[in-house]
Amino acid sequence: MPEVAADAVAEEHAHHHALQHHFVDLSQQREAAALGMWVFIAQEVLFFGGLFAAYAVYRNQYPEAFSAGSHHLSWRVGFANTLVLIGSSLTMALAVYSAAIGKKNRVVGFILATILLGSVFLGVKYFEYSGKIAPCLGDGPHAGCLVPGEHFDAAALHLEGAAGGHAQIFFSLYFGMTGLHALHMIIGVPILATIAFLAARGRFSPEYHTPVEMVGLYWHFVDIIWIFLFPLLYLIGAH
Amino acid sequence: MSRGHVVSWKVYLAVFAALCVLTGVTVLVTGFDFGPLNLVVALGVAVTKASLVVLYFMHARYSPRLTGVVIAASIAFFAILVFLTLTDYLSRPWPLTVAG
Repeated sequence: MPEVAADAVAEEHAHHHALQHHFVDLSQQREAAALGMWVFIAQEVLFFGGLFAAYAVYRNQYPEAFSAGSHHLSWRVGFANTLVLIGSSLTMALAVYSAAIGKKNRVVGFILATILLGSVFLGVKYFEYSGKIAPCLGDGPHAGCLVPGEHFDAAALHLEGAAGGHAQIFFSLYFGMTGLHALHMIIGVPILATIAFLAARGRFSPEYHTPVEMVGLYWHFVDIIWIFLFPLLYLIGAH
Repeated sequence: MSRGHVVSWKVYLAVFAALCVLTGVTVLVTGFDFGPLNLVVALGVAVTKASLVVLYFMHARYSPRLTGVVIAASIAFFAILVFLTLTDYLSRPWPLTVAG
């Protein structure tokens, strides 16, 4: 390596604590991280994709049962929760923005707001789930039980015979898709908390705040999944 | 460009407002019956919302072209997954039966 270049590299290393030695500069390091994150997200699209494909197959076969199941879900609750989640994406975007302009306290504040809104979403989800699961527990009667299985109450959906079984497929997909989505949020919250902690410790700057950007990409991706789940699960057919 | 592209916070507020309006739209359109087009309308609104999130919140609009390639590949493989699955299922008798 020519001496001049070696000096330049040594200088760059001395200049920024966050620069790892196998990258030329912070810009290259950041682009490598972003590429890795986007590839991870592409993999996540296909991870959820299997569930969306299953949904497409069964909704096409059993439109009436899917419509009946969907009408039983509260679109008002789903609507409100959608706004909460979009709000959390806004606060996440503002946290990244604050990091880019070097406002440390705002980064922490906006990430905490994101965690708060995410927790509100999960809390609402908890009450939605428990309303469907609680009637299935105990000795019965199991009126209102919407967990697929022997206690499933098709009469609550005004369905009889085979259509009741088809509605169980709808609720299998409902719990599977919203559950996998909620799991992603549950994983996201401690990551956000870690990033908020590091931000409070002054680890990020306008030159280096890649971790804030990367957790932001993850959080926005989870928001996008919900943007599709809301109409597909809560809003089937005319209301 | 280690700082990335810094967009005004007003852009984020405008995108947030658009997402809220579109969420209202997706609920309001269920008051009308477009027949088989109901699903098309619902997915059209959802794709619009998702595009806003990807382009502005996730900065795809200001990212290197390689990011665009990954996003396009992700959409293409998702389309292959759903399309080929449906060509198979929709061209078979239902319910599926074991031959012989």
